[in-house]
Amino acid sequence: MKSFRRLVHPYLVWAAALIVLPMLIIVFYAFSEQGNVVIPVRLTLNNFVRFFSDPIFIEVLGRSLKLALITTLICILLGYPAAYFIAKMKPDSQSVMVLMVTLPQLINMLVRTYAWRGILLNIDISPEIKVYIGMVYNFLPYMILQIYTSLSKMDPSLVPAANDLGCDDRMAFLKVTLPLSVPGVISGITLVFLPAVSSFFIPKLLGGGSYVLVGNLIENYFVTTGDWNFGSAISLIMALVILISMYFTRKFDYDKEAV
Amino acid sequence: MKKNKKNKAIFQKVYLGLIMAFFYLPIVYVVFFSFNASRSLTNFTGFSLQWYEKMFHTRAMMESIYYSVLIAVIATVVSTIIGTIVAIGLSKSSHLIRQIVTQVNNLPMLNPDIVTAIGLMLLFSTLNIPTGFGTLLLAHIIFCIPYVMLSVTPKLRQLDENLAEAALDLGCTPFQALYKVIIPQIKEGIVSGALVAFTMSFDDFVISYFTTGPGINNISTYVYATTKRINPSVNALSTLIVLAITIVLVFSNVLPLLKSRRKNNEKTA
Repeated sequence: MKSFRRLVHPYLVWAAALIVLPMLIIVFYAFSEQGNVVIPVRLTLNNFVRFFSDPIFIEVLGRSLKLALITTLICILLGYPAAYFIAKMKPDSQSVMVLMVTLPQLINMLVRTYAWRGILLNIDISPEIKVYIGMVYNFLPYMILQIYTSLSKMDPSLVPAANDLGCDDRMAFLKVTLPLSVPGVISGITLVFLPAVSSFFIPKLLGGGSYVLVGNLIENYFVTTGDWNFGSAISLIMALVILISMYFTRKFDYDKEAV
Repeated sequence: MKKNKKNKAIFQKVYLGLIMAFFYLPIVYVVFFSFNASRSLTNFTGFSLQWYEKMFHTRAMMESIYYSVLIAVIATVVSTIIGTIVAIGLSKSSHLIRQIVTQVNNLPMLNPDIVTAIGLMLLFSTLNIPTGFGTLLLAHIIFCIPYVMLSVTPKLRQLDENLAEAALDLGCTPFQALYKVIIPQIKEGIVSGALVAFTMSFDDFVISYFTTGPGINNISTYVYATTKRINPSVNALSTLIVLAITIVLVFSNVLPLLKSRRKNNEKTA
């Protein structure tokens, strides 16, 4: 069957050119600036200096992280009970509920966010809360489905076994169900936190331009001002921050498993 | 004790009901206001079909639907074929190659969309490729392939390695072994990969926004561009999408159910 190995080779070229190379170009842009006619491009650290020396940029980054973090927390708090209740239903009802959670997700994300605009026009709340509602609305289904998947994989006889061994329902939940559902929560966090940090159309459509996040900054520098070097630097900083947070989330998962 | 249990059951139903209300409120709202006689998104002044009429007469809007569907279909077909072939090849490759491809595939899946998007935008600009339909389609194919591979690979792992060997021993060419033995066994993974690819492509905004060119809009980029003003035809467009997705979901979920019931009935009869 070794002849099949050759099938991978074209993809290696494809992936190098269309997945890896674009990332390298971002790094190159981030570490350079447009020069003059003689030297068109100069390598520099100025883009990063500019970002970290301006308190406004730091504030925007902090706001994006806060928004992503709180959105993720709300999704866990609302999504965990929902997933837990669904997992306890009869198998037929379970698949109906999963379908009901999935259906709104299949409707285009822009269209879903647009739908909230009309409703929120009626209500007098701060733009920040509107953005939070839109974020939780868009990401909650991912969290529910991830946690549900890990709960439904659980051996149903484990909780009765814990009961027999003297655990009450609360203890059984804390000692058996909860630890076994941690992988679902972790992958839920990945699916919510990651896109939440960089989201830019939810704040733009629901926050009405007054609520600027890292994603909006990047969009601005690429689409409006055309400063691709600085825009690339911001993207790189954001990608690194996300990478570090994901590293700690996963480390937490492994540590838990080790215990 | 019994009463306690009953209360718990009621609480669970109410809780799930509220979550569902939250999920479906905006959808119902949009469908309702798509029949509004006035421009308002807050006051329902009477029944009218004018926004549907307007939608069908707005060329840019109809084009955006056309491009969304066309791109999702082509990207799904192409990425499913490439993703499946590469996943099969990968399952026979060395550990090192497997690791490399998995890590590289993780890049667009774990990176925020906006990073993938500007990366592609910078690539197209560096290579002097004018953005438009071609770059939009290529971008969709690029980010769909890793998802197809992700859902095909686990099925390949469950496959008995000797099956393909046996097919070859029995006189199949490698292509026949692929087509007659391997593909049918991993069909489930291929179908779910294709579904994921279609959903990802149809739902995508960020990557499309940065890789499309002038005059080419899909539904997402069209809605984004027009929502600076209130545009009630978008409600009509949303209703159309909701209707299409509901029909597809109902058919794909109810039909297999009816079929299996009929089979059961035949068996008992």
